Amino acid sequence: MIGAQAGSSQRMKRVKKYFPLFLMMVPGFIYLLINNYLPMFGLVIAFKDIDFTKGILASGWAGLKNFKYLFSTADAFIITRNTILYNITFITLDLIVAVFLAILLHEIMESYSSKVYQTVLLLPYMISTVIVGYLVYAFLNVRTGYVNTKLGPLFGFPKINWYMESQYWPFILPIVNLWKTIGFSVMIYFSAIIGLDRSCYEAAVIDGATKWQQIRHITLPLLKPVMILLLLLQTGRIFYSDFGMFYQVPMDSGMLYSTTNVIDTYVYRALLRLGDVGMASAAGFYQSIVGFLLVVTTNLIIRKISPEDALF
Amino acid sequence: MSKHLKSKPLMFFSHIVFIALCLAIILPFLLLISSSVTSEEALVVHGYNFIPKQFSLEAYEYLWRHSSQLFRAYGITLLVTGVGTLTSLVITSMLAYPLSRYDLPGRRVFTFLIVFTMLFNGGLVPTYLIYVRLFGIKNTLWALIVPGLLMNGFHVMLTRTFFQKNIPPAVIESAQCDGATEFQIYRKIILPLSLPIMATIGLMTAIRYWNDWYNGMIYLNDPQLYSLQVMLNEMLMNIRFLSDTNLGGAAMGAVRIPGTSVRMAIAVVGALPIISIYPFFQKYFVQGITLGSVKE
Repeated sequence: MIGAQAGSSQRMKRVKKYFPLFLMMVPGFIYLLINNYLPMFGLVIAFKDIDFTKGILASGWAGLKNFKYLFSTADAFIITRNTILYNITFITLDLIVAVFLAILLHEIMESYSSKVYQTVLLLPYMISTVIVGYLVYAFLNVRTGYVNTKLGPLFGFPKINWYMESQYWPFILPIVNLWKTIGFSVMIYFSAIIGLDRSCYEAAVIDGATKWQQIRHITLPLLKPVMILLLLLQTGRIFYSDFGMFYQVPMDSGMLYSTTNVIDTYVYRALLRLGDVGMASAAGFYQSIVGFLLVVTTNLIIRKISPEDALF
Repeated sequence: MSKHLKSKPLMFFSHIVFIALCLAIILPFLLLISSSVTSEEALVVHGYNFIPKQFSLEAYEYLWRHSSQLFRAYGITLLVTGVGTLTSLVITSMLAYPLSRYDLPGRRVFTFLIVFTMLFNGGLVPTYLIYVRLFGIKNTLWALIVPGLLMNGFHVMLTRTFFQKNIPPAVIESAQCDGATEFQIYRKIILPLSLPIMATIGLMTAIRYWNDWYNGMIYLNDPQLYSLQVMLNEMLMNIRFLSDTNLGGAAMGAVRIPGTSVRMAIAVVGALPIISIYPFFQKYFVQGITLGSVKE
């Protein structure tokens, strides 16, 4: 390294030394190129008038035509509203319930039952949304579902055609989503609580603090950074949604689109059902750009308050 | 000391809350299993029930008699999960290891190229068009393995950080002094030391492959290539179609096969492996959650 070689031969040596390391990275980067970077450049499709007989590159430019079409429909507003409102509901419910449960879970001393609860709680997170779709169907099916045949008569409400009436879904989806994802968030807050400094509590007990006071004045304030971080990260993803939750669970029922259609499902249907590449790509572009701005903004805030948790 | 920090009534309350919660999670599965062992007639007449009104294994017998497609789908799921997870671990660790080396030239640029994929993506339309038009992935097994699932920046960054924290540079330097090549170092030193992170990431990836129906729905229409979840997805969409167009009880006889109980049986068969295996790997799974806790 230290020799008196000329600069160029030193560089040669350096390249030779690191060549095997660069070689190792090749498969990974080829994958990122195909799976991530090419589609990013592919976003220009939104400004094109795609004609598959000519090919993507040779197709003419459309300017903002695709966007004009998209934003002149009622759909643009509905999917944006649904995506954001559902995400806000999911995030809020998730925060409150997860923190509550994590604190309670920490109060359980027997490690055996605590382990069992954790295992069960995480179960829904492990199964695919298709299976969740079947589970919900077993409850909500019009003719034979558990709700209509058992709970309805029991509590005296009439049969409801769940998959046809959109007004119920803003309540059904948050419940199903909570059911599926709560275990994940509980584990995050639970591990954060375990990591808290015990000596604070010991001091509090000596001073005669009640359990409620300990939670109110020690646990919650100490958890605040984790809550804020998680909130920010989720806010950064507010323009995206879990496709399966909005496609499988309402069983893709057209009658429900007004309350179940989100940007992701809209793009899918426009592209693969209707074959409307222009509309689909305009909506996709809109999601990618706004989504990117939100991620970057939230990340800048995170970097301010907790640099080691920032993505960049 | 820590005993004094706990309170009895609160603990009692916690148990009640968690028992109720566990019931809320387990009961839907019970309903699914119970309806898969109920006779089709009882299901139509009495609806779904937690305790079978009329116990019958006809759904499973039906599956057994028509098992060739089911076994095929199972085989494809296993193949895709196995090949995908292994490939993923290899390329993820091979990308993460050089990045963990502080002496690697251009390290910051490479790292940025990976992090950027976590911030920005092209979305479904260009991804679909590139895979279908450029790579001709439609109706091939590649469609179940490659798009979206094979590697992600998040796992690369987790692995890189693990290497940086757990493998002392001195170990690598002394191996270099002994004349080991970089590939030898990767295989003989890095991989054996990275078992915990490989287990965590491998598990997360395997579950994603096992549960994936999205790629199949988008890129496949040849039933011969359907994995279990893709098959389940197709059937779920068909049930609604049948029940929407059904003119009432009269038509039920005509569409008896495959009946509701059969579909529920397939869902049980599809969910069971994960449900039964996962408690044993829970440790790694929880590790994965808390590791990346916050960075997803």
